[in-house]
This record gives sequence, C-alpha cells and structure tokens, in this order.
Amino acid sequence: MNGFQIVVCGSLVPDPLQTLEPVTTPQGPGLKNETMLPSVLDPWSAHALYEAANLAKQTAGSKVYLVSLGPKAKLQQLMMTVAQKVPFELVALDGSASGFTDAHGVAAALADAIAAIPGLDKSRLLVFGGCASASRDAGVTMQLVCERLGIRDFFAGVDEIKMAEDGSFAVLERIEGGEYLASTCKGAPAVLAWATGNLPEPPNNPQVGMANMRGVMPSLMKAKPTPAGVGGIAYEATEIPPQKRQTRIVKDASTDEIAKEIVEWINN
Amino acid sequence: MSKTLALLHTQADGSLPKAALETLTAAASLGQPFDVAILGAGASAAADAVQGCGAAAFHTVDDPAVAQPRYATDAAAATALIQASGAELVLAPGTSRFARSLPGAAHRVGAQIDTHIVALNAEGGAVRAQRWFYRQRILGAFSRAARPWLLLLDTGVFAPWQGAAGAANAQAVAVAFTDDDRRTAVTGVQKPAADAQTIRPDAKLLFVAGAGWTKKQKDGQFHIGEAGALILDFLGKAQASLGSSKSLVDIQGEGQETLTFMSHMNQVGQTGSTPRHPKGIATCCHGEEPHAVGWRFINERRAVNLDPNCGWAQGKADVLYVADAFEVMAKVNALL
Ligand SMILES: Cc1cc2nc3c(=O)[nH]c(=O)nc-3n(C[C@H](O)[C@H](O)[C@H](O)COP(=O)(O)OP(=O)(O)OC[C@H]3O[C@@H](n4cnc5c(N)ncnc54)[C@H](O)[C@@H]3O)c2cc1C
Repeated sequence: MNGFQIVVCGSLVPDPLQTLEPVTTPQGPGLKNETMLPSVLDPWSAHALYEAANLAKQTAGSKVYLVSLGPKAKLQQLMMTVAQKVPFELVALDGSASGFTDAHGVAAALADAIAAIPGLDKSRLLVFGGCASASRDAGVTMQLVCERLGIRDFFAGVDEIKMAEDGSFAVLERIEGGEYLASTCKGAPAVLAWATGNLPEPPNNPQVGMANMRGVMPSLMKAKPTPAGVGGIAYEATEIPPQKRQTRIVKDASTDEIAKEIVEWINN
Repeated sequence: MSKTLALLHTQADGSLPKAALETLTAAASLGQPFDVAILGAGASAAADAVQGCGAAAFHTVDDPAVAQPRYATDAAAATALIQASGAELVLAPGTSRFARSLPGAAHRVGAQIDTHIVALNAEGGAVRAQRWFYRQRILGAFSRAARPWLLLLDTGVFAPWQGAAGAANAQAVAVAFTDDDRRTAVTGVQKPAADAQTIRPDAKLLFVAGAGWTKKQKDGQFHIGEAGALILDFLGKAQASLGSSKSLVDIQGEGQETLTFMSHMNQVGQTGSTPRHPKGIATCCHGEEPHAVGWRFINERRAVNLDPNCGWAQGKADVLYVADAFEVMAKVNALL
C-alpha cells in the first residue's frame, strides 16, 4: 500500500454568527454585503479535512488535497487560519461560494478539478467532503462528484472510518434515530461525506501554516475562473419569514410555580 | 403537466417508513396522475399495502441486492425504476437511505435533484418547491424547467397517507447489478447503548440541554452526575427526545467530564440537526443564533435559563423562565 490520496472538497460559508439577509442580484439571489461577510471553512467539510489529515498521518505515503471553490480573495483570507490546522495541498477554483448556486454545476467543476490533479491514482483515491454545506445544505454535491469520477462507493453522514491492513475499511454512517449503519468496503476508490467525525478542531500550528502557504499562494494565483451560478434553478423568492416571538419572561416565580406550569404545558 | 412518480423504499421489516407514506400524500396533492415505485425487501407486498393511494401503476425492485441500504445498488435500482416509469417528476422521501443514494440516481438518469423540500404546489400544472438555504435561515421558492426533476421531501411536512390495501399487481423491474455494485457490504445497524437511546424523532417534546449543566453552579461546584440523573429521569418520564447545544457535545470531545449519554448525534443547530417536534424546552442553553436555527421546526418553545438576557429572551422562545434548571427539573420530575 502506497498510502492514500485523500481529496477533501470544502469551501467557505459565512460565519454562522453573522446575520444573513437575502438580496436579488443580476446573477440571482445573494446575500447583503456578501463580499464583506467574514467566513469560515464549511463546518462539515472542516471535520472531513481533520479526519483526512488524521488518516494520512496513520498511513505512510498519504497526501491530503483540499479542493475549494470560492472567490479567490476570500479563499486567501480563509487560508490564513485553515492552513495552520493540518498539512494539505490546495487546489483553488475561483468562483462563487454562494448557497444559491446549483449543486450540479459545482459538482462538475469539483470533479474536473479532482480528475486534473497531477499523478492522480484512483486505486489510492479517497474523496472526502461534508455531508452537506452550511450554505446550500443540499447534501447532493459529493454523490454527483462520485458519479462523475466513476466511483461506485459512497457513504453519507460518516462519523468513523477504520482502515484494515489490506486496504479495506469499515464505515459508520448516521441514519435515523441516532443509529449508525455499519458497512465494510473493499477499498479505494470511495467517496465519504462526513458528519462531525470524532476529532476536535486541531490547534493552530504556525509551522504547518508556513509549509502549507508555500503551496497555497501559487494555487490561488493559478485558480481557474469557474462560473458556478444558479444553473437550472429559477428562483421566485428568497426571504427570511418573520419569526420573532413575543417572549413572555417569567422572572420572579417560585420553582414550584414554574415546574407546575411546565408540566401542564407538556401534558396538554 | 409532468409524468409523476412517487419513489419509495421499504424498511428492514418490509414495511414502508412513515416518510414514504408522507410522499404518497405529497404526490396525490399535486392533482395529477402518478405512479408508485418501491425498492427494498418486500417491495411488492408494500405496494399492495398502499394500493388504494390512487397510483396508476406500481413498479418494484426487491432483489436481495437492495435488502440493505447501500449506495451503489440503491442508485442502480432507483435508476431502473425511474427509467421504467418514464417519470419526469420524481418525489421521494428524504430518508437517510434516499438522501444517500438518489443524487447518484439523478445523475445516472440525467436528472436534476433538489432536497429538503418543505412545500410543493402545482398550480396550473407548473410545479414550484420551497426549501431553506443557509441551514434554515433563508427560505427560497423556486422551480426548474429541466426534466426529469427529483425532489426529496423533508420528513414531517406532509401527513402520512392512510388508506386501503389491495392487489397492486406491481411490475417487477429487473436490474443488472454488477460485482462492482457490491464492493460495500452492510454489516449491521449500531444502536446506541440503552441509556444513550435518547433520540426519538417521533416524540412530542424535544428537551435540549446546554453547556450550563456542566458548569460550576452557585455553590461553586460541578454537579455533572446530578445533571445526568435529572436529564435521564426527565427523558424517561416525558418520553422526550434529547438535543444538545454544540458547546455541550464539544466539551465531551475535549475529554472533560460531562454527560456520558450525549454525543454529536444529539446536537441541534447550524451544524447539528433540525428536528421536528410540536414542543421544545431548552435548559442551561444560551439560545445563540447558530443554536436556534436548529429550532426552526419546533412549534412551541420554552426555555429555562439563569440569565434574563439570554438569546431566548430575544424573541426566540415563547416563554423564558429565569430560574435554576437543576431546581426546576427536579420539581418537574417529581410532578410527572
Ligand atoms: C461554525 C459554528 C457552528 C456552530 N453550530 C452550532 C450548532 O449547530 N449548535 C449549537 O448549539 N451551537 C453551534 N455553534 C455554537 C454557538 O455559537 C454557541 O457557542 C453554543 O450554542 C452555546 O452553547 P450553550 O448555550 O450550551 O453554552 P453557553 O453559551 O456556555 O451557555 C450556557 C448557559 O447556561 C446557563 N446556565 C448555567 N447554569 C444554569 C442553571 N443552573 N440553570 C439555568 N441556566 C444555567 C447560562 O446562563 C448560559 O446561558 C456554532 C458556532 C460556530 C462558530
């Protein structure tokens, strides 16, 4: 076994603490001040990246790639933090990271970028990503990438992968009711869309950051312009439905009164 | 008008999941003729069970290859069923099985696919759908002109179909599965340990615990054992489903002492789940925005927090009790 080529698909999403307001642009729906919003690495693909790095560490000869489709300037900003986490080689695609873009076009661009990685060896290829993005939240992109790369094995909502000596592996996928579907697969190539996995966020490591940045800057410089748009989706409206509630604040009631009220509410 | 298919799957015991019955209701609501296709063990008996749903024809795949949920075989079977029916519009339940495999089937039949659909209508024959973007933060209404179009419906949106069984005379569709389709073998389902079986999608009430349960309390001490006992006692008595804030499950990942029955699976919010329950109560949880997006589909919301200015007070809960959750939950348990 020569180690794995682990390609992680992941891009940026607005920091979840930001207020989002939809606006209409000539390209379709967008977010107010979209270019100014601070962003983070899409959380589920971030987990995928940490799991990829962990797996690469355990399997000698492995290498991690991060394929990101996003506006070049914002990707560069994001890399200031993400590149300090774990070692990887960036493959940047310059285009929209909006949640309103069509997954079909995005998947085609990602699959093309993966197929074009020099020295790609499918027998060692594991493609990782998040089970859904925090922007589009469709959960379909990784399957479409899987199909476009001609890979037969796909896993969704993965929390664990365990490698065996012979290259086969066992996977746990989240299913309904807090249960896991357990499977074994004969080995690479496969596509895994991760849920949270089991690893905490790695601390920043400036040395890793410096090593990564040597590849990040050239990758950003040659990032291919990628026209990811709304594709075949005809949007009619995007809105934040009013949902503010009139909160009744119960301040000076006794524990007994509160408990009684809660129990009545539960029971009726 | 598009030729419509309700594409369903059976569960391990051969019955249709509730989400599949909801899809039948959705298909019937469009007011145009539709077919039903079912894959999985016992598919033809399952077709008989819903014979009265108004479908014009039934198609099934119940080859042993689809007895277990597996991407490659499910995608191949769904592809064959969509092609056999000639459907242009395909409605399917957003179960874990179909969320995994139908995007692959969509690619194979040259279709486009949208997921997490929360509303559908077909006024004047033009189908429009709604779904949330940015994890339940922005609601979008849209359509697509291209066909075929696959739509995965969120569970709990439509009422489950109820009606008479009969002889559906389902047509078995043959699928040529390859060895490559069987590179993956399902080895089983892992259920959480008995005391961790806390996620109950059909519960009337969601109980959400926040990091406050594991923080120092007013006596300056941690009370994690007591917190765990209070929460489990409540879940048992109220038959509630357990949710968690991100902070609480992260503490666990960092190896600190915390509630042993809690895992990332319980997390609600921006990077957690968005369960559907008629009522929800949040305890020792601040109600920050990334957390509250997980409450999008909880109708009635109450919270117990020591802080009168916590996020819940900002129009996110119906009632905020400013009180000590340890004391309140002990009393609630005594009354239940
Ligand atoms: C990328 C990203 C994604 C995120 N996704 C999510 C997500 O999916 N879900 C999520 O939950 N969060 C998410 N967050 C985190 C979120 O911003 C908050 O940090 C988190 O929800 C806070 O959790 P908490 O309320 O349990 O903890 P804290 O903020 O620590 O609040 C604890 C609360 O407990 C109260 N308390 C303490 N003791 C008692 C007592 N005895 N009785 C009553 N009340 C008491 C305190 O008053 C306090 O309000 C995300 C953040 C980021 C950056």
